Amino acid sequence: MTLPSRRYADVTVAAPAGRIDHEVASKLEAAVLPLLDPDASPAGIVLDFSRVDYISSVGLRVLMIAAKSVRGRGGRIGVAALSPVVAEIFAISRFDAVLHVFPTVRDALAAISPSALASYATHAPASGR
Amino acid sequence: MMRVRFWGTRGSLPVALTAADVRAKLVVALKLARGRALETDADIERCIDAMPFEIAGTFGGSSPCVEIEPGGDEFVVCDLGSGLRAFGQAALARHGPTKPCTYHVFVSHVHWDHIMGLPFFTPAYIPGNRVIFYGGHPGLEAALRRQMDVPSFPIDFSYLRADLAFVRLEPGVPVEVAGMTVHTKLQRHAGDSYGYRFERGGKSIVYTTDSEHKLADPEEARSFAEFFHAADLVIFDAMYSLADAISVKADWGHSSNITGVELCQSAGVKHLCLFHHEPANDDAAIAALLADARRYEEITRLAAPLAISAAYDGLVIAL
Repeated sequence: MTLPSRRYADVTVAAPAGRIDHEVASKLEAAVLPLLDPDASPAGIVLDFSRVDYISSVGLRVLMIAAKSVRGRGGRIGVAALSPVVAEIFAISRFDAVLHVFPTVRDALAAISPSALASYATHAPASGR
Repeated sequence: MMRVRFWGTRGSLPVALTAADVRAKLVVALKLARGRALETDADIERCIDAMPFEIAGTFGGSSPCVEIEPGGDEFVVCDLGSGLRAFGQAALARHGPTKPCTYHVFVSHVHWDHIMGLPFFTPAYIPGNRVIFYGGHPGLEAALRRQMDVPSFPIDFSYLRADLAFVRLEPGVPVEVAGMTVHTKLQRHAGDSYGYRFERGGKSIVYTTDSEHKLADPEEARSFAEFFHAADLVIFDAMYSLADAISVKADWGHSSNITGVELCQSAGVKHLCLFHHEPANDDAAIAALLADARRYEEITRLAAPLAISAAYDGLVIAL
């Protein structure tokens, strides 16, 4: 799968899309791993889930791997802009208790890095500001 | 018709309600009963029946013991947890203590919560009864004997005067027991565990506890979907939430309610029964895991609905 991503100062924002089911999860994992490198996202990573329709247990496992990796090097990870169904899956699986979930990408960046937020305010697409 | 009767449903360690737990339930129950007619016994029964199970009942606290009733005079039971004591008393009451009976016991593994009931299993002390233990572990007999050795227990294994036998099962090699075909599957758990699939007359029941599922392994998921295929009932280790199962409790050898739903959906199972409840979970927490599983099934349903229940000591499911 393609994983559109963009760096804002010291944070990378990545935006998966569609259904993250058993078929797609391994591709998501392969796409996310390079973004977890400290050089790619020194302060952390934000996953913009606004275009994700569904995520299965295997997809959630990928988020757990990413969270362990980023936190292990002192970074932070946030998941933002969940659809109502995906938000419900996060609650049902109790992932909302182990991952930081934010209403918007802006909120996630504000929590992780002021410089990333400033960069986002300047460079983000108009719809995301 | 086949029937399943749950004598012990708690994982790891038996638990009991405390006085404070009972009081808290009574307080909520009385609030729910406010304003309702309670003049007759039937009124009271109706009022209780309208209450949530986690208020009017309890998921119970004995460790794993599940009876499979295939029809016929012989008994079949899965695991020797603390629920085995009550099962033994009920079995004696059913046929009387003097009628020799045969008990087929399928053991998932020999961790203590799954064998601790044997020293309290009265039928095993009665000459004339037959107790046949089935399992995949080569050390099954030794483990059962060891827990009754001095100083762990005052009555030695040799005092079990029933005719005892041990049958080693192998995955992929079905056996015929009490009119059923029984399939065995190796599962991921510390020291290994085994799941069992019981088939008779077109009905099938899968007992799969103490089994961790590694989500990234598609071959493992495929093999379990095959083992569960079109089962009428899957009794599934749903000890944790998904988040716990793959984070802080990864490699603890157990699974989650969400994984149970996904595996059963992929296998076309009719009924998923959440089992091996976490001892730290109170009735409200187990009810929440059940509600979560049911909602997840609704969200992800692609074909026929999957019925979902949470096992409790005393639950009977007829197939």
